[in-house]
Amino acid sequence: MTARERIAANVANYVDERTGAAKWLKKNLNKVFPDHWSFMLGEVALYSFIILLLSGTFLTFWFDPSMREVEYEGSYLPLKDVKMSAAYASTLHISFDVRGGLLMRQIHHWAALIFMAAIVVHLLRVFFTGAFRKPREFNWIIGVGLLTLGIVEGFLGYSLPDDLLSGTGIRIAEAIIQAIPVVGTYLAFFVFGGPFPGEVFIPRIYIVHVLLLPGIFLALITVHLMLVWYQKHTQYPGPGRTEKNVVGYRLMPVYMAKAGGFFFIVFGITAFLGAVASINPIWLYGPYTPGQISAGSQPDWYMGWLDGLVRMAPPIETHAFGYTISWNILIPGLIIPGIIFTAMALYPFIESWMTGDKKEHHLLERPRNNPNRTAIGAMSLTFMLVSLINGGNDLIATHFHLSINQIMWGTRIGILLLPPLAFVITKRICLSLQRADRESVLHGKETGRLMMLPHGEFVEVHEPLTAEQKWTLTQHEQQGPLQIEAEDARGVRNPKSIRAKLQNRMSKAATETIAKPTAEQVKELESGHH
Amino acid sequence: MRFISRFRKHRFATPVLLLVALSSIGFTFSVATAATVNSKSQAETSALIAEGQKLFLAGCSSCHGLNAEGGGLAPSLIGVGAASVDFQVGTGRMPMADMSQQAMRKKPVYNEEQVAALAAYVASLAPGPAAISNEELTWERDGNIAEGGELFRTNCAMCHNFAGQGGALTQGKYAPTLMGVEPKHIYEAMITGPQSMPVFSDKTITPEEKLSIIKWIKAAEQEKNLGGATLGRVGPVTEGLLAWTFGLGLLIGIAVWLTSKAR
Repeated sequence: MTARERIAANVANYVDERTGAAKWLKKNLNKVFPDHWSFMLGEVALYSFIILLLSGTFLTFWFDPSMREVEYEGSYLPLKDVKMSAAYASTLHISFDVRGGLLMRQIHHWAALIFMAAIVVHLLRVFFTGAFRKPREFNWIIGVGLLTLGIVEGFLGYSLPDDLLSGTGIRIAEAIIQAIPVVGTYLAFFVFGGPFPGEVFIPRIYIVHVLLLPGIFLALITVHLMLVWYQKHTQYPGPGRTEKNVVGYRLMPVYMAKAGGFFFIVFGITAFLGAVASINPIWLYGPYTPGQISAGSQPDWYMGWLDGLVRMAPPIETHAFGYTISWNILIPGLIIPGIIFTAMALYPFIESWMTGDKKEHHLLERPRNNPNRTAIGAMSLTFMLVSLINGGNDLIATHFHLSINQIMWGTRIGILLLPPLAFVITKRICLSLQRADRESVLHGKETGRLMMLPHGEFVEVHEPLTAEQKWTLTQHEQQGPLQIEAEDARGVRNPKSIRAKLQNRMSKAATETIAKPTAEQVKELESGHH
Repeated sequence: MRFISRFRKHRFATPVLLLVALSSIGFTFSVATAATVNSKSQAETSALIAEGQKLFLAGCSSCHGLNAEGGGLAPSLIGVGAASVDFQVGTGRMPMADMSQQAMRKKPVYNEEQVAALAAYVASLAPGPAAISNEELTWERDGNIAEGGELFRTNCAMCHNFAGQGGALTQGKYAPTLMGVEPKHIYEAMITGPQSMPVFSDKTITPEEKLSIIKWIKAAEQEKNLGGATLGRVGPVTEGLLAWTFGLGLLIGIAVWLTSKAR
């Protein structure tokens, strides 16, 4: 043992004797994780969150969350002597008079956009591979919670500078609060401490943005990761991978290096964007006053679909008992998002009810092997995309020389028509891919080489798959539809029969598949293959 | 003198004297005021009007009518003034290339003299706002950027976007970008209200305030890209697009690379 090794051993021993860390570390540093690019999407979100914490802390050193009116005296001349809130003035100060301030502001904002985008693609990966199935339903719900809170946190964050664009967003938020029947007006007064804009909303959203929500985030992310640790990571099916093992690399040293390096890559790309691309140029927007508005006022992308829904809502109002119910705000602003997020959170339970699948799953499903789920995902994505497109309808109109009215009507019709169409098409594509899989297992891959047989017949040479490939394509379980009787064994009508019928119908749709080739069929063909 | 004094008490003396006095005052006044109008420029003006009428009959009358009285295709131009012509023709909007939702800014068809002739002809039909020259607009000296910005955000940004980049209006119409527009055309647009734009009279926005608005627009045009590439100055849509394509796209690419098996 060299002197250096002896010193290291002594230090390690010293720490272990006082903390008992060695046993814990030995167990956990050897933990194995599967390796796949799509498993790193959640990491992007996590690292963006860390970047947000660091850059956000820097910004709090100079940001003044106050709506006190001041006259601007900083170095940006086009706003000299203009009356504005201290919040806006301090954001200008950070941008132009604090060394590195604008860079940090831009890194913070780019990180927020990437954070939300990474959450969405991570969620899509989890959804389309069925990673939310038992036992991971709770973690799915936590994820949906993080997504929802992320949208709120982002919105509050870009509202803090109190510029013309963000003030417009806050005004719309107030309108949505007011649209809640009966209590809306009171709630709006409660939130804004009186009539809009008042003088309290900036300090209030500041403390929610920098303390309350980040705290909840930290707690939820911790539980999210602890559950991944405890339940172990899911893996894609393949030879040697079962429901009872995890095939991959150990945390130490492979994942320590990969994850650590990846963090710096995420930070680097975010910092690069912050350095070269302007984001949220608040000095151009000007300070917020309720009497002003800019053409093309848009929210950040993760709110864009909501804005698009509000923009396409027809102007319907009801007047009853001296109250006005603004359906044009209520439905797109509260009811539809409420349905979407509730359905998303409950989806694992809805699917298990439809299929009757109560088993544990640690092997992921290929999207084509669950056509119904994949089709539901494609349908939801189409809905979101159509809404998002309408959120930018004015920019699409000016840049592609279209009429904004045509785009609005296109998306109004499209949002009803395209999602069901996406469902049907996706389901058909999945079933066809299953047929293709079956074909290649039974007959091998088409090589494009033609061969003439002695008697003159031409055949295409098919190259058989390897055993590993065959296994990967056929390992999944195929479950038939549920058979729930509307009558019990003695012919008594089940009082729940409508529910039973519905569940039968749903399970039939949810389990529609192309039968995978059986081992016998494969053997038969292998023995007598031409 | 005796000859004159003989008629002193003549009964026509007073009326004649009155006539002489009035005539002399009238003559003196006409000479004094006529001093600024020289007969040569009058001839020039009428030649310009004639030239303008010729151009008008050739290029504009098919839609605006032989006497600029308007018709089913185009409005009457009687009383729109030289400012309107200078803006519409000087920015290439008129003559229109096709009957689309609105006239687009394009390369002007007529040169400066021809625009002046057309403007003189239309101005001769009925009084209207006069054309402005860039030299008359002392925006660089008299404008105030900060005040112009406030006025811009209150009156202009709702259609032309916070940075004057333009924006969408209904049914395919749009508020055009204000980048690269001549100061006189900005001014003329404010006083004539072309197409969907309202008129901002001197009571609504004073001439000095108009100069401030021009100064702010010019400052926005020349502003250095303070935070890096501007992404078009159209707000969060292009930012979101870049975050998804470059930001997340690149990160996913790197994730694929990090997890690829060594070959």
